Amino acid sequence: MHALLGENGAGKSTLMNVLYGLLQPDEGEIVLRGEPVRIGSPREAIGMRIGMVHQHFMLIPVMTVAENVVLASEPRKGALMDRDAAERRVRELSERFGLVVDPRAHVEDIGVGQQQRVEILRVLHRGADVLILDEPTAVLTAQETAELFKVLRALTAEGVSVIFISHKLREVLDIADRVTVLRRGVKVGTVDTSDATEASLAKLMVGRDVLFRVEKEAAAAGEALLEVEDLDVEDDRGLLAVRGLSLRVRGGEIVGVAGVDGNGQSELVEAITGLRVPRAGHIRVAGREIGGAGVRGALAAGIGHIAEDRHRRGLVLDFSLAENLALREYRRPPIRRFGLLSPKRMEQQARPLLEQYDVRGGQPQTTAGSLSGGNQQKVVIARELAEEPKVTIAAQPTRGLDVGAIEFVHSQLLEQRDAGRGVLLVSLELEEIRSLSDRVLVIYEGRIVAEFAPDVSDEELGVAMLGGKTAA
Amino acid sequence: MSDEGGPGTITVASRLSGYLRGGGVLIPLITAFIAFLIGGLVVAAAGANPIDTYRAIFEGSGLNWLFPWVSGDDRTLAALNLQQTLILTTPLILTGLAVAFAFRAGLFNIGGQGQYLVGTFAAVYIGSSLDGTPALLHVVLAMVAGCVAGGLWAGIAGLLKATAGVNEVISTIMLNWTAVFLGSYLFTLGGPLHSDDPAAQSIPVSNDVLESARLPVFWGDPELQGLHIGIFIALAVTALFWVLLNRSVTGYEVRAVGFNPDAAEYAGISAGRNYVKVMAICGVLAGLAGALDVLGWQFRIATNDIAVSQVGYYGIAVALLGRNTAFGTVAAAVLFGALLNGTSVRNLDPTIFEPQLASNLTFIIQGLIVLFVSAPVLVTMLTRGRLLRRRRPTPKPEVRTGAGA
Repeated sequence: MHALLGENGAGKSTLMNVLYGLLQPDEGEIVLRGEPVRIGSPREAIGMRIGMVHQHFMLIPVMTVAENVVLASEPRKGALMDRDAAERRVRELSERFGLVVDPRAHVEDIGVGQQQRVEILRVLHRGADVLILDEPTAVLTAQETAELFKVLRALTAEGVSVIFISHKLREVLDIADRVTVLRRGVKVGTVDTSDATEASLAKLMVGRDVLFRVEKEAAAAGEALLEVEDLDVEDDRGLLAVRGLSLRVRGGEIVGVAGVDGNGQSELVEAITGLRVPRAGHIRVAGREIGGAGVRGALAAGIGHIAEDRHRRGLVLDFSLAENLALREYRRPPIRRFGLLSPKRMEQQARPLLEQYDVRGGQPQTTAGSLSGGNQQKVVIARELAEEPKVTIAAQPTRGLDVGAIEFVHSQLLEQRDAGRGVLLVSLELEEIRSLSDRVLVIYEGRIVAEFAPDVSDEELGVAMLGGKTAA
Repeated sequence: MSDEGGPGTITVASRLSGYLRGGGVLIPLITAFIAFLIGGLVVAAAGANPIDTYRAIFEGSGLNWLFPWVSGDDRTLAALNLQQTLILTTPLILTGLAVAFAFRAGLFNIGGQGQYLVGTFAAVYIGSSLDGTPALLHVVLAMVAGCVAGGLWAGIAGLLKATAGVNEVISTIMLNWTAVFLGSYLFTLGGPLHSDDPAAQSIPVSNDVLESARLPVFWGDPELQGLHIGIFIALAVTALFWVLLNRSVTGYEVRAVGFNPDAAEYAGISAGRNYVKVMAICGVLAGLAGALDVLGWQFRIATNDIAVSQVGYYGIAVALLGRNTAFGTVAAAVLFGALLNGTSVRNLDPTIFEPQLASNLTFIIQGLIVLFVSAPVLVTMLTRGRLLRRRRPTPKPEVRTGAGA
């Protein structure tokens, strides 16, 4: 099993698309089983027993598992598809490789982890012995990832070669035999995982030493900039997700909110940023009440918001970078004049921001959707931090990013803190919370149940996150 | 490429709109070409010569007036034909824009027909009453009445979507039928707006629009249905449409909501309020189309014509073929105006091709265009977007630094 490791936009997916015949190489050759080959199309790739599982699955939701697996090479009975034969074939493959799925289930009804198995089964059904997986764990939970790894080990034991694309160091060390590291489209090294460590791989990926522990000065906390008092917030179903929550963020400190997903974090963030009207309680920014003032009220009071999901909330992917960067200030001069917007001035404002925040591969006119994930997040951060908000609400700010981009996000948040502004960091990554925060709060069932210093042990934090009583 | 999840709430309308503009002008040109080609096959199958037929349709549309070598009687005839083509083009531009604007906000406005109809009702009512109003004021009042009626009509669909989440496709189609029956009721024998003219007591028509509310004819004979100035109004509105969409705060918000309602909300833009606003603007455009038709050349409404009218529906094909852009919509409206006029019974030589069949040819071409233009997106809809998302290349910054999109 061979892993391909690189930052977002390092060229991993491009390389794999070449192997799968989706793109044609400009130069060079591909050697398969000792023979140089030309792969003109995915069909040819399948003929050469190369199979690929894409990051976004390509299944037909309304069809059953078996129908999806045999699609385009259906066993026939006369003019009709032989459903029983298809189901038998799926069961047989499932058993052989330990990929358990119900062949009669409809794809739309099964979970993401199961859907991925269907994709893998489909590839195996076509007889592939070279299996390419593009970021297979990006959509999986920890549990599902562990199961996937079990399956992949079974496959390699059966003689299938697996190419595993990832930017997650730990996973690669866990599963692969050898790792090839790409940086900006160039191979920078191939190493055996037995000789590698997270630090050595990260150095290869980014090209320099990466600080896994964030270095920072002690906080010089000032006045309270964000005060939340007895806040009640409902979720989409009208149930209380945040119950009587109080917290305070002072200038010059980063307050981390740790917790198991679904304990009211999203609702808390949405209430503070004005996306959700709280049922009761107060939210004050530098003494000014913003509870119920809406998004614009929160913006005006000095809230910056790095949203949890940059595709859904943070960016309009079809807008240009300039238009995205204007999302907070398009209704004010200089962008708006005499009631009209000026694309030219939008671009003038965007250019220095793109440079300052090191957004690579983007001109002001580039659409946001064509950037890699890390660079998209830089655009969000540039927009939210450029106006020096009093308090920045960062919700999962590094989700799905590679180490280089994570480091950038962290340093930006620390810069906010060192400039005397407040940061509320909501994250599921305990490591991130601990290394950045000056104080760690634990949220459980909509309440803050504990407060710790950042050097708290995993055990203590874990117990509090699960609602265990501590000395809080 | 590590981005899990997809944009969840992006509508099919928005995806179709994005796809259309992403494809450049080539796609609509090829689409129209193939549609005409298949139309030609149908003509051949019906036993006529496709090339002769298309030439006859072209001459019937009067577009040959643009050729300097056409002279004498031919030129006079071409001018008459072109006037008729442009009279038909005028409302198509506006109903096309009414569909295009909604598309850009991620909405399907199938209700252009209903909005057009209520526009004609309001314009004919104001235009036939208020006797003694000065001419300029009267015609402006009648046009505004058409706009307001269309805007309110479409606003119902916007409001239903914003407040109750009613799909705008369903509500606008229902409002189309409501408008048809409303018109039948208003102008039928003994209906509230039935003609007062003693000579028309057995005919279900409205009162005639008064002279003071008629749009002036600037080309051709007013008695022979010359070209009224509505075409300039439609073109001016097209320019306004471009500014509104691309340069105004409203346009920016509309596009943001269209592409990604969640991100728009995050920037403080209310998607619901935008839906109402967008639909109302669409309705104003379609309502104006109705007003121009009534005040420019029809001058009255007959209940028989209400259910037959297709102007609003053609607007959908016009917007799709015009890629939902201002200029494209005008070009597509001219094409459809020419087709409709060129295939009309009056204009097509029956020895070349039966006009009754030819007008069906227009339907065929329209249908094929809608089908071709929307097919990729319908496929996308069926597979929940997975196909198209893969086909769209993702430029890597390292490879194409600074590639403008």
